[in-house]
This record gives sequence, C-alpha cells and structure tokens, in this order.
Amino acid sequence: MTSKVSFHSELTSDIESPVDEDLVHDSFSQLIQEQGHDLYDVIEMTPYEPQDNDDDEVVCLERYHTDDDALATDNLIGGCWSSDTLKVLSGMPSRTIGRSRGAIISQYYNRTMQLRRRRQSQPSVHTHSHTHSARPSIRGYRVETDGEEENKRERLVVNLQNLSANDRARMLRAMPLGLREKQELRMLVLNQSEHSPSQSQIPCCSQIKYHLLTVVRVCGSLLSSLKLWQTSLKCVSGRFGTGVLSYFLFLRTLLFLNVFLFLFTAVFLVAPQAAAPPDQSRNSNGSRRSSWGLEVLTGAGYFSDSLLYYGHYSQQTLGVCANSTGMSKSFSQSLRIHKSRGLLAIKAFSSWDHKVSKKSSVRLQRENIGTQLKELVSEVSRQEQKVPVLQRLFRIFIHSLAWIMCLGSSVACVLAVYYCSEYMHKDLRSRARSSSSSPLLKELSFLSLPLLVSTINLLLPGFFNALAWMEEFDSPSTLTYVSISRNLLLKVCVLGVLCYHWLGRVASDPQSLGLECWESFVGQELYRFLLMDFIFILFHTFIGEFLWRALKRKRKPVFDIARNVLELIYGQTLAWLGVMFSPLLPVVQIIKLLLLFYMKKMNCQASGKPWRASQMSSVFITLLCFPSFLGSAVCVTYTMWTIPPSTGCGPFRGLSTMFESGKLWVRQVVQLNPHLWWLEAAHTYLVENPLFLFLCAAIFLIVIYFHSQVMDGQRKIIDLLQEQIQNEGEDKKFLIMRLQEIHEKRRVRGARQGSSFS
Amino acid sequence: MGGSASKLPKELLSEYQELTFLTKQEISLAYKRFSELQGNENGPYSIRVSMEKILTLPELKSNPFRKRICHVFSTSEHKDGSLSFEDFLDLLSAFSDSATLEIKSHYAFRIFDFDDDGTLDSRDLEKLVNCLTGETEDTRLTAEEMRQLITNFIQDCVVKFILAVSGPDVSPSLEYLTNVASEM
Repeated sequence: MTSKVSFHSELTSDIESPVDEDLVHDSFSQLIQEQGHDLYDVIEMTPYEPQDNDDDEVVCLERYHTDDDALATDNLIGGCWSSDTLKVLSGMPSRTIGRSRGAIISQYYNRTMQLRRRRQSQPSVHTHSHTHSARPSIRGYRVETDGEEENKRERLVVNLQNLSANDRARMLRAMPLGLREKQELRMLVLNQSEHSPSQSQIPCCSQIKYHLLTVVRVCGSLLSSLKLWQTSLKCVSGRFGTGVLSYFLFLRTLLFLNVFLFLFTAVFLVAPQAAAPPDQSRNSNGSRRSSWGLEVLTGAGYFSDSLLYYGHYSQQTLGVCANSTGMSKSFSQSLRIHKSRGLLAIKAFSSWDHKVSKKSSVRLQRENIGTQLKELVSEVSRQEQKVPVLQRLFRIFIHSLAWIMCLGSSVACVLAVYYCSEYMHKDLRSRARSSSSSPLLKELSFLSLPLLVSTINLLLPGFFNALAWMEEFDSPSTLTYVSISRNLLLKVCVLGVLCYHWLGRVASDPQSLGLECWESFVGQELYRFLLMDFIFILFHTFIGEFLWRALKRKRKPVFDIARNVLELIYGQTLAWLGVMFSPLLPVVQIIKLLLLFYMKKMNCQASGKPWRASQMSSVFITLLCFPSFLGSAVCVTYTMWTIPPSTGCGPFRGLSTMFESGKLWVRQVVQLNPHLWWLEAAHTYLVENPLFLFLCAAIFLIVIYFHSQVMDGQRKIIDLLQEQIQNEGEDKKFLIMRLQEIHEKRRVRGARQGSSFS
Repeated sequence: MGGSASKLPKELLSEYQELTFLTKQEISLAYKRFSELQGNENGPYSIRVSMEKILTLPELKSNPFRKRICHVFSTSEHKDGSLSFEDFLDLLSAFSDSATLEIKSHYAFRIFDFDDDGTLDSRDLEKLVNCLTGETEDTRLTAEEMRQLITNFIQDCVVKFILAVSGPDVSPSLEYLTNVASEM
C-alpha cells in the first residue's frame, strides 16, 4: 500500500537551502520559459494573429463562489483558460492514464520491475535509477508514440515472464485493462516462455507454494459453496441493502459460535453420559413448557467428575483464545481512521449501495440520499453561521434533559428488577418453609421475573428512541452511537442485578430456598429468560408489525438494526452465562437463532437510518466481546473460584470450590501414573498461582496495545501522505497559473505586434 | 432454454478465472446469463449485446449509474455501450468482493466522470448528485442547494480539488475513494 513516493527531482540539486526561496522560484521560472520555447514547437500557436477573446476558445468554468476565503482555488476554477493551456492540460499524464493503454502498460511495467527487484532482492544499479528518479507520477508517463508503446509492451511481457506464476496472475488480474488485452498479454507471455524454457527460472519452492495456493483456493471455493444461507443472504442484500445484511451476517456468526460451543460441550459431556448413565431423582414437575426444560436440565446435571471439569476449563480457555484473536482483528478494524471532514464527498461518492436491486428499495435509497444531502448542505451552511449562545445553551439543556431521563428510567427499571427479585426470593423462602403451595403457582411465580425483564427490554428502547427524536444531533452516526450506548447501559445494569441475585443470594444460601441443587435452579432461570426473550421478540415482530400496518398502511416498519443487534447480543450473553449451569443451553440458542433468521427475513424492510456497514459490523463484534463475553466469563470464573458447589448434586459435590476438582483430578492422574509428577507441580505453580493468569492477561493486553499502536502509526502515515498530496496540489496550481500567464503574455504580445503591423 | 446449453470450454474457463477476480462457478453463471440475454447459442463470447438488453438485467435496471457503467466497460468502436462477453466479465470482476481497491477506484472514477474528460469537475458533480437523488421533484436538490453543495464540496478540502484536476493517479492514497470501493 505504501509505495515509496520520493521527491528527488533534478532541479533540487541547484538549490542550496530552502531559505533561498528566490532561487527556487527563479529556477522554476527559467524552466517555464524554456518550456515555453519547447511548447512553441509542439503546439501550433499563432501569435501574430490578433486574437480576440471571442475567437480564442477560452473556456470559463462557472464561478460558483465569490467568498474571499477560497480566492486561491476560485482563481483556478473560475479562471478562463486559453485553448493552448487546455491542450497542454489535456495531455497531462494523470488525465490520460485512465484512458490511454500506453500509460497503464508503462505503469505496470514499472511495477513489475519493482516486484522483480523485491523478489530477487538484488538491487541492481539499473533498477535503482527507476525507483530513485523522478516522482512515479511523472516517470514513464510521457506522451507516448506508438513505437514506444510497443517497446514498453515487450518489456512488460519480459518482466511478467520472469515473475513467478502466482505473482504473474496477481499482476495480470490487478491491471485495469480490458479482458481481451489481458488475454493477449498472457498469450504473449506463455508463448515466449514456451520458446525459451530455460528462462523460466521458477524455483521449485515457489512452484510448491503455487500448488498449495491452488489447493487452498479450491478448498475455499468448496467451503463457500457449503456456506449456510448464501442465497437468502444475497436476496436480503439485494432487497434491503448492506446495513440489514450486516445484521444477518452477525446472526450467522453467532449461530456458528453456538454450534462450536455445543459441539465442544457435547464431546466432553455426552460421551461420559453415555459411558456412565446419570443418577436418578429427576424433579417431577408439571408438564408446562417452562418446566419441561427442567427435566432436561436436571438430567444434564449429573456427570462423572473429572471430564466435566476438564471440559469446562479447557472450553473456557479455548473460547477465550478464539475470541481474543477475533477481538484483536476486529479492534484493528474498528480503530480504522474515519475522519469527519470530507463528509460530503463520502456521501456523494460512496452512499449508493450497488447491491440493491428491488425497485422500492432503490426509491427508498434515493429518498434517503436526497434527504441526507439536503441535511448536510443545510448543516454546513448552519455551521458557517454563528450559532447564537442562547441556542447552544438550549441544545445542551435538551441533551442533558434527555440523558437524565434515560438514566432515570434505567435506574428505575433496575431498581424494579432488584426489588422484584428480592420479593421473589422471600416468597420462595416462605414457600419452602410452608411447603403447602401448589406447584402451578410456584411455576408461575418463577416466570414473573423473566416477564418483567423482557417487558423492560421491549418498552425502554422505544422510549429512548422517542427521546432521541426530540434531540438534535450533529450527525446521524452520533445518534446511532448514543442510542446504542443507552440501550447497552440498560441491559448491562439489568444483567448485573440478575447476576447478583443468582450468585449473591441464591447460591450463597440454597438451603433456605429448599433447593438441593442451586446450579440447576440458576440454569433453569436462564433457560426461562432465554425463552421469554424469544417469545417477546416474536410478539414484537408480528404484533408490532400488525399494529403498524393498521396505523400507517403505507409500508412495513423500518428495520432498526441497532436494536436488533443488541437483542442478539443480550441473548448470547444469557446463553454464555448459562453454559456453565446447563450445558444444553447452546442448543436452545441455536434453535432460537434459526427461527429468528427466517422470521426477520420475512419481516424485513430496508433500514431507514444511514448505515456505514463496514464500520458497524466491527462495532457489533467489539460489543459482543467486551461487555458480553468478558462479563459472562468473569461471572463464571467468579462462580468457579469462590462459590461452594451444592452438596447434593453435580460433579463438584463435596468440594469447597469447583476449582478444587482440578486439583483432585491432577492428583488422581499422578497417583495412577507417577511419571507425571511434573503435572501436579505444573498445576500447582501455574494454574493455581494467580501470577500466571495475570501474566496471560498482561500478554493479551500487550497484543492489543501493539495493534493499536500499529493503527496509530498508519494513521500518521496517512496524515503525512495527505499533506504531501496537498503540497503537490499547490505545486500543480502554481505551474498551471504560470503556464496560463505565459500564454496570456504571448497572446497579448502577438496581438500588440499584429496591431503594430497594421 | 432449449437444447444443449453450450458451456464454456475448460481452457477458456480457467483462463478467465486466472485473469479476473471471479470464481469458475461465477463465470459459468455469467455465461449462462449472457447467453440468455443474447438469445443465441453460438458462442456468445464473440458477439456483442446492445446496451438496451444489458439494462434489462435486474441488477442494473434500477441502478442510477447503469448507462455510465455500460459505457465505461464497453470496448466497442461505435461507443454505443454494447458489451461483449469479455466486457461483461470485466464488469462483474470489478464489482466482485475480491477485486482490489485499485481496480475499484479506477473504475469508480471513470464511472463518475460523466463527460469522459479525465476530470471530475462541477458538471460531473452536478450530474452525480442528480443521479443519486432521483428524478422526482421533491427529492431533487434545488438549484440553490446544488450550488451550495458543489461549492462546499470544492471548498471542503484541497484534496478534493486535486481530485478534480489530477485523476485516478492519486486515488489509491485517498481514503475517500477507498470508502467508495469498500462500499461498492
């Protein structure tokens, strides 16, 4: 990406130091005068004819702006250029490159030279001159005659021959030439290499690499043909755009994650279950749907000791490793540079989503873009006007009011959940003591907490949206981020309270609730939460849409991507929390995701808000990792380390913490096989010693820091390159102006001479 | 479709696969679609399809830049926007997900350069914005808004000015066109 742009030109050798500015400008003006003489020959100028402004094809670009600020640019744009200047300008290499085949060929000739040099790693003097001579934009882009193009072409063919097959294919593919020309080039290269087989010195190792790469490519194409939902996703992107597509891709990623998790748990749990059939005493409960899960869960709670511990522990580490690599990659993407200036250009050039093909979506897109552009224009013109202090204060007041209301409502909901859980706890305790209540009522009371939480998740985001509607935001992306952060805050708080309820209250004193097995109780709770969440999503999707249609009648409701993604992440967090207590929860999550995919696909509509899909998907993955996965990992680790497992059930019964079972397992192994004494020592010193874990965490953080520094460096390079481009632009402007001045002077002189003759 | 759908010979298929960013499966699909458009089975890779027929493709039908796309990728001498099979493959290759940013920005520049003069000047920008916002009166920008937009566009950053007077030469180092490419 960073091709070295060196600015050694032959002129600078004359100049002593940058301080001698006069010298600089003088040498340039000499050059321009000399060039003027050359141009005289190249371009037929008729200086002796008196030329009025009308005859001369003076092209005036429309003046669009009259402010003093942009006078410099304005002079160039609004200036009237003579036809001679225009002829010179149209011959400029950068203008012809897109259209002239010769320019492309010479550009790629130079590139193949560089590639050969890099591959051979023998910088010869011959090639040295190419890279250290004039700027690449000028080098080799002279106005070419036909003979020269042929020459360059032959040399390009020779270069291509000497590259490895892989490089050659890549170079040919990247050339912006037509397919027919590429075919001709390729034929020439192959013919020549046939005639001179000795010249094709492709070393054997690169041949092996080439074969390996073809194998990898074949595997990749096989895998892509096996991709799940490929055609449906293409339909979705065609009808609804890439924003909605990113939601579905995220859903698919979660599905694969859950499948992987499930396979892992299945391998470590199903096998021992088959080997050693589980214990009895299943809870016999009513056959309600919410308690059907009960049987499955308690059935799954009994396993043989060692493998379960091992399974969970390594599963967690594996999960951490997999997620950490994903996270550092997504970090590097999410730290991508997105400057706020140049917003208009981005909107104009890149806002069209070429994947969309449905007519109504296209119309929607057009409307969106039109309104966005209009908003941007009015915004920019508004920014230029001074915002009166009073208005600014008013805006700040509105913002703070909205935030206070959001936070207030979140706190109110969290308190509601807290008190409800406390009430439930007391209620259960009294029920356990009395033991005379009907089981049906008990089940219903269990459902109350999930119901409350799901209702909160349903209603509050709508409330936040309404609040955001009354505020004024600088840009639509700010609005999106603010709404995501508000929703996230709410969900994190609610989940935190729930975790405290389960781990702090229930787990610490399970006897008072009459529970033999608090782990399965927590597992059941999580299962209920997951189910209730799914029911509410169904409800919201279908009933909500029905209401909308009844009210609005025009079209389907707009797909709120942020809200849907946060719902997915919330569901996934519940699943991760629950894996420890109920290993079959990933199955439930998988089924839920599958059903969700088809439901949402039916009910979709193109997103109303502008969406930077590439940036957003990395934000989603970051959100998935940071609060969601880390939070659940922290919870689980805390559980394993501190909370004593129940004495009545589960593989860890009788131990003071679940963690101890690891120690026991290792001791067992060592007893069986005394040669493995080092395992016990390793276990004691490495795993139990918190220092080791801190070390791991430190290394992990260092990796992330390294990535962010690399991003920083690249950002700085981009800044420097932009500065260089700016300077180039200034140079070009200067040269064009001087060129124009010369032509003007010449014309005037010619006119004067002509009039003096007459 | 009738009789034996003629397939691409294997060597040609692998040659196309080597020279474009498409997979073999995609090339065969493209061949099928192209021969359907062409309505003829005698090796459509030698005959051109007129622009009107190409524009009946559902993917291009609603695209505001469809005519420009046809003109840019067409290699016919009459400059009528007709595409041969190779041109069609070029089009698909440039728009595919695995195309390099350089190819995408090269073609993006040429597509947005409505008057084909190698520059993106104010007239091109005006046409671009009109294409984006559509034909109906309420979505189009008024003349005043257009003027304001183009002024701000040009005033926004010197870099964009350079874009207007230079060309795709500097594009790989501009993040704006890479944004175009990544969104394309």
